[in-house]
Amino acid sequence: MATFPDLAPALPEIFLACASMALLMIGVFRGEGSLRLVSWLTVASFIATGFLLLQGPEGRNVTFNGLFVSDSFGTFAKLLILIASSLAVILSVNYLEKERVARFEYPVLIALATLGMLAMVSANDLISLYVGLELQSLALYVIAAFKRDVAKSTEAGLKYFVLGALSSGLLLYGSSLVYGFAGTTSFDKLAAVLEGGASVGVVIGMVFVAAGLAFKISAVPFHMWTPDVYEGAPTSVTAFFAVAPKVAAITLFIRVLVGPFGDLAMQWQQVIQFCAGASMIIGALGAIQQKNIKRLMAYSSIGHIGYALVGLSAGSQEGVRGVLIYMAIYLAMNVGVFAVILSMRQSGRAVEEVADLAGLSKTHPMLAFAMAVFMWSLAGVPPAAGFWGKWAVFLPAIQAGLYPLAIVGVIASGISCFYYLRVIKAMYFDDVTEPLDRPTPTAGFVVAGAALFVFPVYIVFLSPITSGAAAAAAALFGAR
Amino acid sequence: MADVPILSLTTFLPLVGALFILLIRGEQEAVARNAKSVALWTSVITFIVSLFILTGFDPSNPGFQLVEEVAWLPAFNIAYIKGVDGISIWFVLASTLLTPICVLASWDAVEKRVKEFMIALLVLETMLIGMFTALDFVLFYLFFEGVLLPMFLLIGVWGGPNRVYAAYKFFIYTFIGSVLMLLAILAMYLTAGTMDMRVMVDYPFPSNMQIWLWLAFFIAFAVKTPIWPAHTWLPFAHVEAPTAGSVMLAGVMLKMGGYGLIRANVQMLPEASFFFQDVVFFMSIAAIIYTSLVALAQSDMKKMIAYSSVAHMGYVSMGIFAMNQQGLDGAMFQMLSHTFVSAALFLCIGVAYNRLHTREMAAYGGMAKNMPRYAVVFAIFMFASVGLPGTSGFVGEFLTMLGVFQVSTWYGMLSATGLVLGAAYMLLLFRKLFFGKLEKPEVKAMSDLSAREVAFFAPLVAIVIIMGVYPASFQNVYNPTVEKILADHQASLKAAGLIEAGAPETAELRTETPATQPASEN
Repeated sequence: MATFPDLAPALPEIFLACASMALLMIGVFRGEGSLRLVSWLTVASFIATGFLLLQGPEGRNVTFNGLFVSDSFGTFAKLLILIASSLAVILSVNYLEKERVARFEYPVLIALATLGMLAMVSANDLISLYVGLELQSLALYVIAAFKRDVAKSTEAGLKYFVLGALSSGLLLYGSSLVYGFAGTTSFDKLAAVLEGGASVGVVIGMVFVAAGLAFKISAVPFHMWTPDVYEGAPTSVTAFFAVAPKVAAITLFIRVLVGPFGDLAMQWQQVIQFCAGASMIIGALGAIQQKNIKRLMAYSSIGHIGYALVGLSAGSQEGVRGVLIYMAIYLAMNVGVFAVILSMRQSGRAVEEVADLAGLSKTHPMLAFAMAVFMWSLAGVPPAAGFWGKWAVFLPAIQAGLYPLAIVGVIASGISCFYYLRVIKAMYFDDVTEPLDRPTPTAGFVVAGAALFVFPVYIVFLSPITSGAAAAAAALFGAR
Repeated sequence: MADVPILSLTTFLPLVGALFILLIRGEQEAVARNAKSVALWTSVITFIVSLFILTGFDPSNPGFQLVEEVAWLPAFNIAYIKGVDGISIWFVLASTLLTPICVLASWDAVEKRVKEFMIALLVLETMLIGMFTALDFVLFYLFFEGVLLPMFLLIGVWGGPNRVYAAYKFFIYTFIGSVLMLLAILAMYLTAGTMDMRVMVDYPFPSNMQIWLWLAFFIAFAVKTPIWPAHTWLPFAHVEAPTAGSVMLAGVMLKMGGYGLIRANVQMLPEASFFFQDVVFFMSIAAIIYTSLVALAQSDMKKMIAYSSVAHMGYVSMGIFAMNQQGLDGAMFQMLSHTFVSAALFLCIGVAYNRLHTREMAAYGGMAKNMPRYAVVFAIFMFASVGLPGTSGFVGEFLTMLGVFQVSTWYGMLSATGLVLGAAYMLLLFRKLFFGKLEKPEVKAMSDLSAREVAFFAPLVAIVIIMGVYPASFQNVYNPTVEKILADHQASLKAAGLIEAGAPETAELRTETPATQPASEN
């Protein structure tokens, strides 16, 4: 086995690793004031990574002695992650400069976190899963506390670190149990071993692994950190947290559950169904009282992860397709909303209360309209894209006979309307208290692009995204 | 006309107008003026275009006509299918007729953000027409939900003092109702393998599944119709909405519920409809008696009309589930009559409200003396609402009751009390507004109907009287469709063994007529 591993499947990751080192060097040698340059170079390297990804070898390729897999399932998720990370970097630059934390480490850390996510998504072994996950998490802990002079931000970073370490511990413990009872950490071998049924030890280990991953996607009951971290972290970091890590973790979640533990579906489906139902309910109820829009979005994201998990809990290929579609739409909606939140400034000072949006429809009609579109979409009201996301996950759930879960889901989406409408109410029904500053052009472009994607572009381009997600899901199930 | 996609044209013309309004820039006053005229022209043209639907429609054909079909989302088996039958065609025309009237009624009444108001109104029209003409279930659902957004804004931005509460209540009630319907649609899709409503109408869904599907649809449409006890959002929405909002709400949006009950519950789920018949009767009678009593106790005139709407829609739901020719005919007629009568009554209240800015009945009195034209118009619609022979209201209520009496004398008797109560509160309202001494100085200063107001009342008066005097003019269009629906319904009940093969009607079964009695067709 001393042969040199095939590097072609992992080329994008290798490129990004080298690129982030180079970016760090550039930052170090240029010193202060190099944020802009490093940021744009980071975006460029993300784009190059995406290009390499699309040029990569077709079909399913395993390399590094079975530790690393590249398939179209991974490619779909990686493209989403790269898009989300690029947009997060683009949106951050102005914010960091205005908040006087313009340090070049920020885009580099995002690049490293993104590298970790790509590695996670391609993990084909419990060890490589853990390595990728930790690379991502460590970078995220640091940027959560990026405003190190602000108590709230350091608190958020610390909280995230302590709870994140706990969840990593759970995951490692689970992995060790699985290894102990099944005798292997490789996903492919695990799938073969577990084909004929599993011992209780493996099931317990699997549940621990699932708990660790549920923490990363902030599914109930491992959601407690989300509102605090979202609120405390700098807004540009929250914008990043809300999307890319969620996409990465949920794709990893799917890969672990469907791949090695696919034959234990009967066992994990119950767990996922509970998490899905509870997340939808907590997400809907928790946000009602929130006045801070970042906390509101934290609960909203908990709820949305619940909807995505509805697709996974169906345990079918259509269900996985639904989750992927859902995450693509979730990405557009959340990037758009956070671009608006990042633009919320009154006389140069960042504000983050829902009430600060009062009368936005009079001062910034287009911004308000875009935000309203995002809110409709998040609430799942047709014809915005969010509705099609719900459609894509509820259809397989009904097909699998999960009627109670589907009913809980739609009722929760009815309740969640209340707080999405509150944002619209503030913008359209209330009178202006203090007008917001003009948004920066970059934020304006991102908002406009995301809004156009959510409605109406998504409806027109529904087919390519759906078929991409379908191919990705088929690749995952085909490998089994 | 066959190759012109007339239904899509009618549906999307208002949207085009809305886009034009969106592009209007300049001085605030000029913008408002231009927005109003663009909205008026758009809605009038849409109405004229929609008349071609009527001319292209063959009343003797009970199936769907003017069908347009384009593949849309093959990945989900979703297509863009449009078409009308006798049930839906009148509602399309009602939407296109009421919109220009609403634009005229809001000409001076809406002062702030006129441009946005007109956009919302036109988008609402698109959604309503789209919903009545959709033959693909997803398309149907899209438009059904699409109505929420413009209506939410109409109530919330241009409404009265308690508008935010009313808008929320309206939205959350209808949204929760319709998401359950979405689940039912998904379940039906997975069973029938298609979203085409034309196929679903004939698809025999398993009996035990029908029960659940029926409940999901019923909740959605009962909130929309509204059927007691899901009606509580309606008084708030009506009271707080601007006049145009109330008119569209009462005139067309409530009919979405009735239309849905016929299309989905009766046509697609016949066995469950048979099973739940008594439940619907109970709820309808409760609505008729209870909301009439509540209406009697109101001091706010808009709230009174709102409650009377619930009572009138009670006749509709009862007529639909009577499942006989007179009942369903009557329900259709009652819906159409209610469309014009309640819309006109809300317009009438708008007239008074624009002048005095209060909806309290006690603030008015003696208006018959200084506003004779207004009093006459109001009286016509009041009598139509009460159901006086010669007006549209009479035909609708008479036919529905005829249908209900065939099912059960008790149900018929109880529902008849609604007529008495209806007369009581409407006459009370009329007396308080128009009779008595004209002594309040601000009422004395009110001017009679302007030419613009006469212009939008005139067609409504004409329709209400034509419908009352010569009901066949409207009935002929939907009669063949109603006959076919009932025939299909009986056939599927017989196939399911719920009624015996020889029995001509469900009514006979309930009075336990022997099956040997010769079948007599209507």
